[in-house]
Amino acid sequence: MKRVLGIAALLLAIMAISAILQPVFLDPYNLKNILRWTGLFGILSLGETFVIMTGGIDLSVGSVVGFVGVLTVYALKVQGLSIPLVMVLAILVSVLIGYLHGVLITKIRLQPFIVTLCGLFIYRGLARFMLNDNTQTYGNGFTGLKFLASGRVPAAFWPNHSAPQVIADWSLPMPFVIMIILGIGLAVFLNRTIYGRYILALGKNESAARFSGINTDRMTVIAYIISAVCAGFAAILFSLDLNTVQPSAAGNMYELYAIAGCVVGGVSLKGGEGSILGVIIGVAIVRVLYNAINILGIATQLEFAVIGFVILIGVAADELIRRFARNRVKRA
Amino acid sequence: MLKQSSPAAGSVAASQGTPLLEVKGVTKRFPGVTALCDVSFRLERGEVLAVIGENGAGKSTLMKILGGVHAPDAGEIVLDGEPVAIDTVQAATALGIAFVHQELNNSDNLDIASNIFLGREPLANAALGFIDRRKLYRDADAILARIGMDCPSRTLVRDLAIGSQQMVEIAKAISIDARILIMDEPTSSISQHETAQLFKVIREMQARGISIIYISHRLGEIEAIADRVLVLRDGVVSGHLERHEIEYNAMIKPMIGRDLESFYHLEHTVSREPMLEVRDLLVPGHPTLPLSFTLYAGEILVFAGLVGAGRTELLHALFGVDQPLGGQILLGGQPVTIRDPEDAIRAGIALVPEDRKLNGLFLEKAIEFNLTIAGLKQHQRMRLIQFGQCAAITSEMVKTLNIRSQDSQQLAQTLSGGNQQKVVLGKWLSLHPKVLLMDEPTRGIDVAAKMEIYRLMEALAKTGVSILVASSEMLEVVGIADRVIVMCEGRISGECRTKDEINEESIVQLSTRGN
Repeated sequence: MKRVLGIAALLLAIMAISAILQPVFLDPYNLKNILRWTGLFGILSLGETFVIMTGGIDLSVGSVVGFVGVLTVYALKVQGLSIPLVMVLAILVSVLIGYLHGVLITKIRLQPFIVTLCGLFIYRGLARFMLNDNTQTYGNGFTGLKFLASGRVPAAFWPNHSAPQVIADWSLPMPFVIMIILGIGLAVFLNRTIYGRYILALGKNESAARFSGINTDRMTVIAYIISAVCAGFAAILFSLDLNTVQPSAAGNMYELYAIAGCVVGGVSLKGGEGSILGVIIGVAIVRVLYNAINILGIATQLEFAVIGFVILIGVAADELIRRFARNRVKRA
Repeated sequence: MLKQSSPAAGSVAASQGTPLLEVKGVTKRFPGVTALCDVSFRLERGEVLAVIGENGAGKSTLMKILGGVHAPDAGEIVLDGEPVAIDTVQAATALGIAFVHQELNNSDNLDIASNIFLGREPLANAALGFIDRRKLYRDADAILARIGMDCPSRTLVRDLAIGSQQMVEIAKAISIDARILIMDEPTSSISQHETAQLFKVIREMQARGISIIYISHRLGEIEAIADRVLVLRDGVVSGHLERHEIEYNAMIKPMIGRDLESFYHLEHTVSREPMLEVRDLLVPGHPTLPLSFTLYAGEILVFAGLVGAGRTELLHALFGVDQPLGGQILLGGQPVTIRDPEDAIRAGIALVPEDRKLNGLFLEKAIEFNLTIAGLKQHQRMRLIQFGQCAAITSEMVKTLNIRSQDSQQLAQTLSGGNQQKVVLGKWLSLHPKVLLMDEPTRGIDVAAKMEIYRLMEALAKTGVSILVASSEMLEVVGIADRVIVMCEGRISGECRTKDEINEESIVQLSTRGN
């Protein structure tokens, strides 16, 4: 809990600095933008969290975003399949991807890094092949579906943009709302169900988990499925948000944003530790930084450098503070 | 600098000549606890001084002071008649004080010579860092010859048996010309045969005038090897035994401050009803040697033998960690299939593993997490953890097992070895197993905790639980067993059925039969 407070303080500090340097930061339009992106990337990071908690890593989520995005737009627009069918299909494909990762890792005993790195290449290749590298748009239709990505609540409950100004200004973007609902669900799964505890146990000490009667292979597979399904779901939202899917670019490098969100949010890459709330705040920190670079007029070429640098400082500070605290406890 | 203090009351009359090492009135306080209080002792040249005491008695603090890890708050360390300040690990090494730690510190991907001279390699070209390989192996071979280890120094450490790996650590110590060698539980993972080899090397080092401080929980060994014994309890010297006084009960008394007449006596009755019947079980690791035996209700059956005889593999097969390759397991007369630990637990079999840190505990998780993880399926409703039940089970187990802790959220890694072992045991007790498998149940834990574990085994056996123990500690085997089965190289080499048959001589004979 202390850790989450620290991360939240870091987020507030970065926001305060941004707001002081550039008051536009606090503009409702800008904040809603940040929330929308936090929601979209948050879904990716929430899934990734479970894999990292098992002590593994999922490098494939960016390519899954591309692949499932292509699949969705292709099935809806090119093949003209019905929306519910395509949704089910997209999620099923994601489940299958996660299941395959999990089985390769647990049964064939391949390293998660290698399995998901291969996934990163394979799904990107398939995505590009399916659309022959051409960009595909949704066009003007699918307004109902697009509400998931671009809608705002509660403003949407008033017909024809008739919501009062305050409500219109401060309505939350749908991706953020979806991410919060998903986050609550996953937090219950992690903290309240026996399976969540099993994943924490196996991340801390897989051998001891096995000796405690936990089916560690099954729990690992479940973690990879959660990651892939979150990525597949985010893929649909990302594609709807942009209204277009570019096979070679959609989701490119997103796996690194997903991992960064987890790490900043206090999920240990050693496994067995982390909180859902921390991850959400961690993702928000990355998005706020991204936004600040844009509105503060920092050269966009420096974007990655700044984000990398701030994450490095944050993680190093966290490690140093914990070591300091541990030494103090030891001496006590 | 060290402060002067008055000579300690517990110090022994000085013998003729200057001793190699004199520790005078050393006190070390940590916030809230005095780890060492006015500890004094001496170490003669070429002497084996055993230091014994429960965990937490101050042994490791004392050794850390000699090793330059901690500085004492008061007292004086005199080496060769000169007061010395050992404020860094390097200083200790420079003074000729070397450690052989309980955990092996070898890099097992390197060969013996590289391990011995790790960080001190002879260089052919100092600027470029090229290693003088000829000198490296020549010097290493010479040291191996000195400690009677007849294998080339080019052998990879990972290809060595545990006992030989330990010899590499000793070789390391000798290579820095150590005058004092501190050995922390050197025999905890090696067989009796390797122990005998180790003792031979210790005797040879002694003859060369090297002094040895020997820390161990195995009192039988200390009887065999020590010239004198220093006993610590709660940070003070509670006993001091000369060679002729070293005897099991004489050592135990000052360690725990009471007599131990009934230390191993476990009062219970064995039923004639078979609880676990194992028929032609094929254990991975020894797939051609079928094992058959029967464990009765309320019985404590001990599997004895050397390390590597196949006892751990057998327990792992019974618990489903490594799926058996064939054979039949009957529990209460009913055949059971055990493919994984989940099956075993469902059938009523529990395992306290040999390596509790690796397989038994989640060290960085709380006591409550550890105590309830295996039983979560019992403490859930619709897959949701019932936290109230978990808390109740935890406080019940902490009480029943007398786990000494601040609260249920304390991390397992902060507990002493004995209390950690009780947590591992407690994980299973709430599930009421029918068969309890225990692999080296008292390894590395202090005498008082040992006794508590025995009392728990007694209580369980009384309620009809069958206990199958694998133990390498002879006193324990002889002391607690209703029946002993001895294994050797994967097969059952013999059985001792009555108290008369259960004795050290016959067990040692059976465990080396076939060699």
